[in-house]
Amino acid sequence: MKITIDGQVLEINEGTTIKEACESIGVEIPNLCFDEDLKNEGACRLCVVEVEKAKNLLPSCVTMVTDGMVVHTESEKVLNARRTVLELLLANHPNDCMTCDKTGRCRLQDYFYRYDIKKSGFEGERREIPIDDSHPFIIRDLNKCILCGKCIRICDELETSAINYIVRGFYTKVGTFDDDGLKYSSCVSCGNCLDVCPTAALMPKSAQGKGRPWELTSVDTTCPYCGVGCTLRVHLNKNKDIAYVDSPKTSVNQGYLCIKGRFGLDFVKSPDRLKKPLIRKNGDFVEVSWDEALSFITDRLKTIKDKYGPDSIGGLASAKCTNEENYIFQKFMRTAIGTNNVDHCARLCHAPSVAGLGAAFGSGAMTNSIEEIEYADCIMAIGTNTTETHPVISIRVKKALKRHGAKLIVIDPRKTEMAEMADIWLRPVPGTNVALLNGIMNAIIEEGLAKHAFIGERTEGFDEFKESVKKYTPEVVSKITGVSPEDIRRAALVYAKAEKASILYTMGVTQHITGTDGVMSIANLAMLTGNVGRPSTGVNPLRGQNNVQGACDMGALPDVYSGYQKVTDEAARSKFERAWGVKLSERPGQTVTEMINAAYEGKIKALYIMGENPVLSEADAGHVEEALKNLDLLVVQDIFMSETAELADVVLPAASFAEKDGTFTNTERRVQRVRRFLDTPAEVKADWQIINDLSMLMGYPMNYSSPMDIMEEIRSLTPSYAGITYDRLEKGGLQWPCPSLEHPGTKYLHDGKFTRGKGKFNPIEYREAAEPTDREYPYILTTGRMLYHFHTGTMTRRVDGLNKIAPSGYLEISYEDAGNVGISDGDNLRVTSRRGSVVLRAKVTERVMPGVVYMNFHFKEAAANKLTIAAVDPVSKIPQYKECAVKLEKI
Amino acid sequence: MPFYRSHVLICGGTGCTSNNSDAVAEKFKEELKKHGLEEEIQIVRTGCFGLCELGPVVIVYPEGVFYNKIKPEYVPDLVEEHLLKGRIVKKYVYGETIEEGGKFLPLEETKFFKNQLRIALRNCGVINPEDIEEYIAMDGYKALGKVLTEMTPQDVIDIVKKSGLRGRGGAGFPTGLKWQFTHDAKGTQKYVVCNADEGDPGAFMDRSILEGDPHSVIEAMAIAAYAVGANYGYIYVRAEYPMAVKRLTIAIGQARQYGLLGKNIFGSGFDFDVEIRLGAGAFVCGEETALMNSVMGLRGEPRPRPPFPANSGVWDSPTLLNNVETYANIPPIILNGPEWFSSIGTEKSKGTKVFALGGKINNTGLVEIPMGTTLREIIYDIGGGIPNGKEFKAVQTGGPSGGCITRENLDTPIDYDSLINIGTIMGSGGMIVMDEDNCMVDIAKFFLEFTVDESCGKCPPCRIGMKRMLEILNKITSGNGEEEDIERLEELGNFIKSAALCGLGQTAPNPVLSTLKYFRDEYEAHIKDKKCPAGVCQALIQYYVDSEKCHGCARPLCVKNCPTGAISGVPKSPYSINQEICTKCGACMESCPFNAIYKK
Repeated sequence: MKITIDGQVLEINEGTTIKEACESIGVEIPNLCFDEDLKNEGACRLCVVEVEKAKNLLPSCVTMVTDGMVVHTESEKVLNARRTVLELLLANHPNDCMTCDKTGRCRLQDYFYRYDIKKSGFEGERREIPIDDSHPFIIRDLNKCILCGKCIRICDELETSAINYIVRGFYTKVGTFDDDGLKYSSCVSCGNCLDVCPTAALMPKSAQGKGRPWELTSVDTTCPYCGVGCTLRVHLNKNKDIAYVDSPKTSVNQGYLCIKGRFGLDFVKSPDRLKKPLIRKNGDFVEVSWDEALSFITDRLKTIKDKYGPDSIGGLASAKCTNEENYIFQKFMRTAIGTNNVDHCARLCHAPSVAGLGAAFGSGAMTNSIEEIEYADCIMAIGTNTTETHPVISIRVKKALKRHGAKLIVIDPRKTEMAEMADIWLRPVPGTNVALLNGIMNAIIEEGLAKHAFIGERTEGFDEFKESVKKYTPEVVSKITGVSPEDIRRAALVYAKAEKASILYTMGVTQHITGTDGVMSIANLAMLTGNVGRPSTGVNPLRGQNNVQGACDMGALPDVYSGYQKVTDEAARSKFERAWGVKLSERPGQTVTEMINAAYEGKIKALYIMGENPVLSEADAGHVEEALKNLDLLVVQDIFMSETAELADVVLPAASFAEKDGTFTNTERRVQRVRRFLDTPAEVKADWQIINDLSMLMGYPMNYSSPMDIMEEIRSLTPSYAGITYDRLEKGGLQWPCPSLEHPGTKYLHDGKFTRGKGKFNPIEYREAAEPTDREYPYILTTGRMLYHFHTGTMTRRVDGLNKIAPSGYLEISYEDAGNVGISDGDNLRVTSRRGSVVLRAKVTERVMPGVVYMNFHFKEAAANKLTIAAVDPVSKIPQYKECAVKLEKI
Repeated sequence: MPFYRSHVLICGGTGCTSNNSDAVAEKFKEELKKHGLEEEIQIVRTGCFGLCELGPVVIVYPEGVFYNKIKPEYVPDLVEEHLLKGRIVKKYVYGETIEEGGKFLPLEETKFFKNQLRIALRNCGVINPEDIEEYIAMDGYKALGKVLTEMTPQDVIDIVKKSGLRGRGGAGFPTGLKWQFTHDAKGTQKYVVCNADEGDPGAFMDRSILEGDPHSVIEAMAIAAYAVGANYGYIYVRAEYPMAVKRLTIAIGQARQYGLLGKNIFGSGFDFDVEIRLGAGAFVCGEETALMNSVMGLRGEPRPRPPFPANSGVWDSPTLLNNVETYANIPPIILNGPEWFSSIGTEKSKGTKVFALGGKINNTGLVEIPMGTTLREIIYDIGGGIPNGKEFKAVQTGGPSGGCITRENLDTPIDYDSLINIGTIMGSGGMIVMDEDNCMVDIAKFFLEFTVDESCGKCPPCRIGMKRMLEILNKITSGNGEEEDIERLEELGNFIKSAALCGLGQTAPNPVLSTLKYFRDEYEAHIKDKKCPAGVCQALIQYYVDSEKCHGCARPLCVKNCPTGAISGVPKSPYSINQEICTKCGACMESCPFNAIYKK
């Protein structure tokens, strides 16, 4: 259609707003309440334009163009209206720009300037609302609020609806339920409202007094918490104090962050940071020089290697460290030490995904991209508490549901927020995933919804698989899982009938002795319905650590070099031997769970741990502690004195993510830059540098001068990373496989062909979990992560605000069981398994079903892993964190 | 069916009920029982007759005698004399129905009723609204039956279009067109909604229809649902209308019982049911988008249109939204045909309109008149003129969104378009009459206080702009007005009209702009002379003792009633008022038996 804007005639598509049409020809439209990612209401009236023949001025942000429309964007009437709106706002806004922290990035101030509003002609009554500083991170000064409602909309559409308009007329304000402080609301502290607030009504507390925008500098880096890989734009003043953190809209996270990424970076400045190398002398740690520490390690490693052979030494790389560091670490273990005994905590999360998806598809990574989740017709979320563990991905899920009408199926024993949002929530007894998935697939086949064309063309092993699920009728499965046959069929139909169905899963699938089975069942389900190799479909393990994907990619695993090239593969091995100039071991090494056991048995003599905390993170912590104490040499390099470091012979102070350059690979295989924004403390070194220096002493000089050097080597030896360079990464992340410098990266895998050729159906039989409950230990304990803390808490528990919000652990227990045990909400109780015992507070809730209790594993004073069982999955060696038998006692 | 020789209709509308008509009805029952007349005489509780001024109203048939202002203690007399002995009790009869010579005039022949044409109010005051059979006896649900068994949805829409019916909620949008849009909108699930969130101060026609004839709305909604392709409806009614809610609830229950709501109505395969949604009394919820938000449990605040409800309304589905009075017109249109309806009224405004007469007028109440009736007929013929021989000054129509009509326009035939031409709107039909004692600045202030209080607060023009206008008016009425204030009011008012988000804000300045247009001199008197010509604005008036009239009472009531001790003096000589202490409450003036106190 044709429209005229300020005399200029243009062709424009139907469904375009006037504002969009104006902007397409460079006419800027002022606005205060518009956000391209939210539902817009045209409430601020600043974007009004004059349209010929229209009675009133029209809000251009929500008015669609019509054919023949004649628009005036800067007529006298329009300008007067805009000025009047601004004057009215000024008449109820504290005119304190001189001391306001938002000065310089305040939209209202910009418009006052642009429209030359010096004072308001409409002075009168003003609001006087007390400032709300109840929240640890956010300060609300509603006197500065112009009621654009963006905070309300962003919270309602993407988060938890903690706020809304309250009162009316002149006294309308943004309030919480009952008009209490923000802290007491359902706010999840994501702070995304801060980014949309055009004025200083919502401000990060941290920004107060830190300086004006022009005094701040910013650095883009990648979040050190979960695997989403949000871009953090850290704004710092001259003193390198963090004023605030936000994120560019173009990021993988679309500019949205969660509480940890936005507010949880203070740990890098914690006084607890390790400052100097420490050696244990006569039982106590003594500060020593780097030279002394490194020569000490070198001597001991050489001695042990000479005496017991290289396989008596093991190394744990880190999913928290950069790709470059993980690469150099595994290279160190394989060259300078000469063993494949290298592993890391991926073993404890997605080793079953690597194994299971590897077996089914040929690649263990998330098949599709985060962005695609938003456009799926059906999302099946299995064992993932996404809103807490991957909050920014849950935003995509919410968008899919609310904006695009997708259906959500949740499989989870706990009534998580995801379960509450779900169209269909299946609540199986913990440990029965395989049976449930078989039941769903049985129903799909029975209903004739299997996609035979896809199965015939792209897969193998279907007949045998089909035979194997025959006995898993919904009725049979219902008896095992506790899920009704109707619900099983309903879920099967919704998933199978969707055009694009995407499966998301996390630890609820993997952390079982049937973890790999569970993953393979999921792969079966996706292949059965043809939901692989297309946009917005796939099997998507959401990775828990910032760089767990990268650490795996880099070969910090006992059986593969970087890019999953097998150590047992002659060709691969000789390629690496040529490049690294040494003979390499052809024996796959031991996994972390195996190394701990070997240490316990005295077969592993030395462990070198880079930034991991197995004492808290491994199952059966007591056993781990004894194993580590049994070592001849334990070296830990970390940023804090972790529970593991406390047992070490040598502790080396490492740089945090804030103090180094490098790359992380997020859950969707996207390699992104980590950029230094703080100076490295004087006697602290980046992990790559420590290994680099140590390797030299060990007689294997590496001579890297920077992480970029290391990346150059990585891409020369790793086909999937071959096209990834720091130069290219400056323009944004790249998703592997990226085999050449021209390759744009790969959004979703298995397009047209599986990595392994044909997709493989694996018949999977249901097996019971280890340690069923009995009369003595009658409850199933299941464990997991909460929104406010991360893993063993080394980082988040050093952030004051996070501790204020979530100070301690608790046990979720059903009303029924609380009654049986005789406790009420908030009472302390003792939880005991066959391996240990902890005391903590009870939280009586309907989130858990009777017979099941739940606790978070972040809190060392009530460490879940003192209780968990080290029974492992035979394939991937992951421990069964998700269930063990416990008893409960009132104390 | 029992046969009664006489029917006693007792008004059960809100006006008469608050005048104790429940007790009157109870007394009637008691007395009839006492005399053993229960089997012979039936008592019918009806909806509003319209003449609220005269409540409680009792009409006795077959004679059609109109008793007014009946108190319970009059009832024994009435029963004994009229019902037992057949002698009309003249002293309780409405004077207008007694001709010279003592002949009784049928009610329909009185001035109040003679010029009315009751279509929407056809059953109000006639039937017992709590008995579906009475509605059916008045051809109720016949239109629905006809529609479902003889007509296609498009036929129905065509009839409504042809009738020329326009929305009675105020804006006057052609109803048939709205039905057509909703019919044509894509969507498998559609809704019909009845806007019963009557909020204009002084308007109560929707309440009366719901209280007096709830089935007419339910029937019309079913017809509309059939026409547009909906099968579910919401009646959004304010919780402050408990009687309307109660009678609607009863009516819906009975309609379901009779199979007139629910599955397969009239065996036609058409399903329809309705649900009542209670509003919390926010004025803005009468705005359609705010209303729909409220129906969905969201905060009742408007959103920009488009999308219009016809395309995306309740639960994002195509939604037809009409007002109570609009719906009430539908069954007669179906039964009598569109030609009948369009023969009534003016060229562009067909049918009748119900007005709520209030303010300085003798016959306060509800009137339904053909479009095109002049204001003069309404006020002087139907309304009985201005009380106490005072002089007419203006009428405010359209409530807080409307404007005022002055003497010059008294002879304008009233319809949607003519009212717009003279600077006001039809609105929902509130008509507040003002006489010489009304201060027009004060009137404007009254309406602004209302809209400022009722603004949802979403857009700055309404939220802050209206507040500022009210502040300026307060400044003027308190004697602190400046000459620029008039210009400020006009500028701000015109800005708000053009820039506010919804209908509330876009019309809220009207009372000010309209009074400024016609009564600018009053504003100027407040500002320049610091005087309130009508003697209303307290800050600008003073009370004085007329020494000629003052009797110098020994026990002066004025002194006794003055709350601040501002009146002093000695008996037998005129008292005087200390202006510094006087709070201008007017108690002295009211209490003086000799009218010796005046204000100016």
